[in-house]
Amino acid sequence: MASNVLPLPHERDLGRGEELLDRIVRFGRYLRLVGLPVTVGQVMDCATAVEAVGLVREDFRLAARTVFVTRKDDGVLFDKAFDLYWRYTTFADENPFDELANLLPPDQTPQGDEESIPPPPGKDRRRGQEDEDAERRMGQRELEEGESADDAEPDAQLTYSASEALKEKDFAQFTTDEMEHAKHLMERIAWQIAQRRTRRTVRASKGRYLDLRRSLRQNMKYGGEPIELARRRRKMKPRQVVLICDISGSMDRYSRLLLQFVHTVENNLSRVEVFVFGTRLTRITRQLRVRNIDAALERVSHEVQDWAGGTRIGESLLTFNTRWARRVLGRGAIVLIISDGWDRGDVDVLRREMARLQRYSYRLIWLNPLLGSPTYQPLTRGIQAALPYVDDFLPVHNLNSLEALAEALAEVTMRRPVRRQTLHLPAVVG
Amino acid sequence: MTGTQELTAALPDQVGSINHIQESLRGRSYVADRSLATALFLALRLGKPLLLEGEAGVGKTEVAKTMADLLATDLIRLQCYEGLDVNHAVYEWNYAKQMLEIRMLEAEGAARDHALQEIFGPEFLIKRPLLQAIEYTNVNGGKRPVLLIDEIDRADEEFEAFLLELLSDFQITVPEIGTLKATTPPVVIITSNRTRELHDALKRRCLYHWIDYPSIEKEEEIIAARLPEAPQTLAQQISRFMHELRQVDLYKVPGVAETLDWASALVVLEQQDLRPDMVDATLGAILKHQEDVTKVSGDLSKQLLAAAANGE
Repeated sequence: MASNVLPLPHERDLGRGEELLDRIVRFGRYLRLVGLPVTVGQVMDCATAVEAVGLVREDFRLAARTVFVTRKDDGVLFDKAFDLYWRYTTFADENPFDELANLLPPDQTPQGDEESIPPPPGKDRRRGQEDEDAERRMGQRELEEGESADDAEPDAQLTYSASEALKEKDFAQFTTDEMEHAKHLMERIAWQIAQRRTRRTVRASKGRYLDLRRSLRQNMKYGGEPIELARRRRKMKPRQVVLICDISGSMDRYSRLLLQFVHTVENNLSRVEVFVFGTRLTRITRQLRVRNIDAALERVSHEVQDWAGGTRIGESLLTFNTRWARRVLGRGAIVLIISDGWDRGDVDVLRREMARLQRYSYRLIWLNPLLGSPTYQPLTRGIQAALPYVDDFLPVHNLNSLEALAEALAEVTMRRPVRRQTLHLPAVVG
Repeated sequence: MTGTQELTAALPDQVGSINHIQESLRGRSYVADRSLATALFLALRLGKPLLLEGEAGVGKTEVAKTMADLLATDLIRLQCYEGLDVNHAVYEWNYAKQMLEIRMLEAEGAARDHALQEIFGPEFLIKRPLLQAIEYTNVNGGKRPVLLIDEIDRADEEFEAFLLELLSDFQITVPEIGTLKATTPPVVIITSNRTRELHDALKRRCLYHWIDYPSIEKEEEIIAARLPEAPQTLAQQISRFMHELRQVDLYKVPGVAETLDWASALVVLEQQDLRPDMVDATLGAILKHQEDVTKVSGDLSKQLLAAAANGE
């Protein structure tokens, strides 16, 4: 994980000898540098908080953490940043010599007074890093500009029939050029996720619920006689979609394309949670909330170590069910699993976790690129164990099947599906 | 900063410092670690809402109740759910009473404009928790209530947005009556089970504290504080067992609430220490999924017991 290695605070940013307030402001800046979203208000609160708790290291740390950290996962990052930033500072409860001894690596012994300690080795390194960052940003901009030039002439070389042929071609046989064109074609697929009725009501001309307040007001003109009744109805919202993508071996390409597709049609994936798995499950929702999905996927593949490794579907779903289901499947979510079902893990675990996942989700859809082949039979142990718990079993191997998926998602009805094995055989392709 | 000064002056002794808070909570059978006490102290001093996150049953709601007791003030609780609207969170008109009033006014032959004025008066207003909290200081000589906004993650984004606005200035406008404002903001404690991510804007407006599962020692202390009748060996074994149990892959990891349920069950059954058969018979007090119970009872519970015993 990148967060294990924090950039060291720059020597001149430590603000030694400055007023406490200035140092807290600088500390806030450092927190922002390491990736915590710090506001000016929080910095002011921290200053007040320090005044309230006093200058004892641990109390100061707790107080500052209460102010700056707004989610559990940032706690560790904060503690590291706190230690790095305040390590040369002596607090009211500390003997300066003890502190230095504790904070230096064991092979270094403190020599002389505090100021003679060599500045953190970050000075030059960080300068270099800044330049690098700047260069990378420049490079990225050029890249994006290059892409938008592409956008200007969509499919110039592709005739209508060529596009049609492309739509039926299996993703696995795509050339790099065809991939690019496929992205443009994806943009034209209409996508509307089925909606759910929320418990919130809104004013309406017709509806199940009486709007008593409005009724009373409207009927004052009849002397309070309830003649015209005002109504409310349930507000509608699109359902949450959860993607659980197999990225092992040959599935990698299909998963990438599906993510690409969802990203294209959904803009910023704000209503989509994304997980990937090979041997273990990783949530990549946050990494994907950017414009350039290719760059995001590259970054993800560095972080996810088992990209294109083996497959343990059951264990990955177990992780999902225990760690994430409660947090992301709250209100009638549609869950899409994309995998070919080649499972090297325990089949009993897979069966049990599929059963559980189906109960958690409003609709459980399994996408399998192999379904695109007319001769495919779902006979592997993994898919056999999973199928009884799948509401829809659909192909996802070419652009036409993505179109069919978009239709299926729009048609997820208000009523829960009748849960028994349903096997949608693929339409004969080609 | 003048606001902070006023709040400081109003802080009673028992919450005057982090230590005081920790001790006073302990005196009311609530065992808080120093980080939670710090968060509470700052919430009081800075006059900011405190967002408490943590798994179900780690004592988030209990903090608010104990704080209200500590401050000798009232607890005003708003339970959140999807679709929670102004009518249930802030105020509603008493329509039945209004209708009756219209009839009465009609009988008296009052003019329509007059009637309209009459029926939208304060006596027809039903005050819901948020309005109660805002008015509280104004009618209780400046005393601040504890406003508990429970399980905010169950509410929807619309309510979150409304809350964001309310928390910034603690005023509410009732079109028919006017703007109502709290002279001193209430002590606000917001809890969340993290069933969904809260909006960053709301989080930034709050102080934040994550309540973790307690350490073995802390859990033992909690059992002793809440169930003084539990034998010490039993309390010790229970807290060790719970610690081991929480390392197991479970659908629902039991919280402190479950520990206390279990401890009281074992006390009722007059157990002096944990015995394997009794553990299996009472697993239902701590595990709430059939799969979890099946997994733990038998061999695994014996192993956990042994591991807990080795910890001594």
